[in-house]
Amino acid sequence: MELTGAEILVRSLKEEGVKHLFGYPGGAVLHIYDALYQQEDVKHVLVRHEQAATHAADGYARSTGKAGVALVTSGPGATNAVTGIATAYMDSIPMVVITGQVFTNMIGNDAFQEVDSIGITRPCVKHNFLVKDVADLAETIKKAFYIATTGRPGPVVIDLPKDVTAAKAEFNYPKEISMRSYNPVVEGHIGQIKRAVTMMLSARRPIFYTGGGVVLGRGAAELTELAQQLNYPVTNTLMGLGAYPATDKQFLGMLGMHGTYEANMTMHHCDVLIAIGARFDDRVTGNIEKFCPHAKIIHVDIDPSSISKNVKVDVPIVGSVTNVLQEMIAMLKEGDKKPDEQAIGDWWKQITEWRGADCLKYDTESGKVKPQQVIEALYRETNGDAYVTSDVGQHQMWAAQYYKFDKPYRWINSGGLGTMGFGLPAAMGVQFAHPDATVACVTGEGSIQMCIQELSTCLQYSLPIKIVALNNRYLGMVRQWQEFFYDGRYAMSYMDALPDFVKLAESYGHVGMRIENPADVDGAMEEAMKLKDRLVFMDFVTDSEENVYPMIPAGAGLNEMILV
Amino acid sequence: MENEAGALSRVAGLFSARGYNIESLTVAPTEDPSLSRMTVVTSGSEEIIEQITKQLNKLIDVVKLVNLSEDEHIEREMALIKVKAVGEAREEYKRLADIFNGRIIDVTEASYTIELTDSGDRIVEFIAAINADQIIEIVRSGVSGIARGEKSLHS
Ligand SMILES: Cc1cc2nc3c(=O)[nH]c(=O)nc-3n(C[C@H](O)[C@H](O)[C@H](O)COP(=O)(O)OP(=O)(O)OC[C@H]3O[C@@H](n4cnc5c(N)ncnc54)[C@H](O)[C@@H]3O)c2cc1C
Ligand SMILES: Cc1ncc(C[n+]2csc(CCOP(=O)(O)OP(=O)(O)O)c2C)c(N)n1
Ligand SMILES: [Mg+2]
Repeated sequence: MELTGAEILVRSLKEEGVKHLFGYPGGAVLHIYDALYQQEDVKHVLVRHEQAATHAADGYARSTGKAGVALVTSGPGATNAVTGIATAYMDSIPMVVITGQVFTNMIGNDAFQEVDSIGITRPCVKHNFLVKDVADLAETIKKAFYIATTGRPGPVVIDLPKDVTAAKAEFNYPKEISMRSYNPVVEGHIGQIKRAVTMMLSARRPIFYTGGGVVLGRGAAELTELAQQLNYPVTNTLMGLGAYPATDKQFLGMLGMHGTYEANMTMHHCDVLIAIGARFDDRVTGNIEKFCPHAKIIHVDIDPSSISKNVKVDVPIVGSVTNVLQEMIAMLKEGDKKPDEQAIGDWWKQITEWRGADCLKYDTESGKVKPQQVIEALYRETNGDAYVTSDVGQHQMWAAQYYKFDKPYRWINSGGLGTMGFGLPAAMGVQFAHPDATVACVTGEGSIQMCIQELSTCLQYSLPIKIVALNNRYLGMVRQWQEFFYDGRYAMSYMDALPDFVKLAESYGHVGMRIENPADVDGAMEEAMKLKDRLVFMDFVTDSEENVYPMIPAGAGLNEMILV
Repeated sequence: MENEAGALSRVAGLFSARGYNIESLTVAPTEDPSLSRMTVVTSGSEEIIEQITKQLNKLIDVVKLVNLSEDEHIEREMALIKVKAVGEAREEYKRLADIFNGRIIDVTEASYTIELTDSGDRIVEFIAAINADQIIEIVRSGVSGIARGEKSLHS
């Protein structure tokens, strides 16, 4: 039977197992909305801004490992979606975004609500497609999901002219797809893996530096097994948190600009650096010239272009984390060589000494609500088992430092692009994927206002998200840099004329709370968590001049941290 | 590369977005109409060339990539050079064109248009041999390259 393009799209999404589609209607996608209306398999979630549609799809993806899907109209719908697409691109998140487009024969005519969506999104997608013939639609959708979810994941845009959604074609959803120009390498080179294992075993001061790739590649179990087999220390990037249990004794915390003293010192002094699914970002390496001066480096990554991009490595291994780590585990079991126990023991002694600096301690006697205290309370009240999304700023760093993630997929934040406004819509996506789970959104009074309109979406779909706002009345991360590097000239970093967030939440039909006293933090958190089926906006009025420590200033090495 | 609309702009976009140099770029369909072949001439340190190679390979439309300069290869570029040609200069340009294996393909009372197909370097040499103020206009096609011997992109 012949179906319209719109029907083919919806049927294809169903074939891909898509349960939720985050979107916003408009002229160019009306046929699609009509097709969605006439079925129940794919549930459409109406957001309040297209940026939120993409962030919600992204949050859905980050918390499940499956591709998130968003649908927006042409022109302004597409441009509004770009921030969310770029956010997903920078963090390698699998996502399929469908943008409406004007009629094929109008393309290029400055038609109503026309933009060159393919051109605008090209630099921030893994790939994009303009579908000009309805006969190509099903296969294009198949390709889009395949590309988005395999290899190094990433967002894929399908630009769909309105006439293509009305035209008809036979519907056959391809069972499989292969592309001559796209064959991601999964299996690592055995010879290289052997070299890596030998190097790992000869290490006297080793460290695992692991990142988002372990989460994306579902390699957390393998990483944990390998690291524990060897008894080597592990540090995670911001994107890797949860890939190794944070409460385990081998875990040193996050590394990098706001990483722990012990993680950064261990990095700086290591002799063998085992990098897995991490991309040597500048927030991690600090000054490249001073990065790990004594280390031989092993790097496992599925994307060859991540390897030796910023830091030249000694043993590159292109492959998926699961595959390569399984090989390593097997080789270690088969071989009879063991790590040098004496050397590793001494190494741990040194690390324990660094840990003694207690770099995450903070003033608990100030009489002010400390942001760190709030995150610790959140951790306790949720038994460390919540999905935590975050916006961007100081609050993001505190969430990363003080919430101990033991499992992957639980920590959802924008690391690469650093997109303020990400937290709340991402939390919506997470809550749709995990309706019974506790989902908390850690945010700042600056960031939350960038997608605050989504409180309305949360009401419509009864999403019981717990918003933990660390309200310091400042664009705190900006203020911190101005304090340190601009002699305290706080240009435009004071958030004046803030709304009353309690009333604001209430006007959207939610529960609002304001907490101004440190003694009330635990109680408020407990009370909020008890309101299982309500969205609660907790406005914590925190110490406005608190800074994120440790901090590595620009140009410094990992051993040159500013401590409290 | 896949012979798809947009493939060219992906390559061009990659070079500008990542700040790589493009010295020249040529593209046209091949013996297989679903594929087109592009020759890009670029420059950079060893690390940069490695990154360019990896980044290009990552583009979904790129089917196969070789670094021709790693092996023996042939480069050819075509140039059309229009010069002022009056009086003695007419003979001189004819001789010069002969020396470089060029051909005069258009003649007027006051001008010649010379076609020259050779490596980029030879074309530069030819142009250098002409007095700059005698040049009316130059069009260069950019370099196309192919491996020497039986090797091909298919092998
Ligand atoms: C305000 C702010 C402060 C920040 N401070 C810090 C900080 O102090 N410390 C810090 O670490 N970060 C910090 N970041 C985040 C930083 O900008 C980067 O986003 C982050 O460091 C990158 O993490 P990653 O290296 O794990 O790479 P990701 O971006 O997670 O990339 C994953 C890598 O894994 C690879 N990969 C994907 N799938 C697989 C697979 N299946 N198998 C193998 N490899 C795979 C990819 O190719 C890629 O190279 C900060 C961000 C912000 C906004
Ligand atoms: C969309 C966007 N604009 C600007 C920035 C730059 N920026 C990074 S952190 C920050 C301040 C965030 O303020 P707030 O949400 O209150 O968080 P705080 O740092 O105070 O915890 C700003 C403006 C950004 N990351 N994203
Ligand atoms: Mg703030």
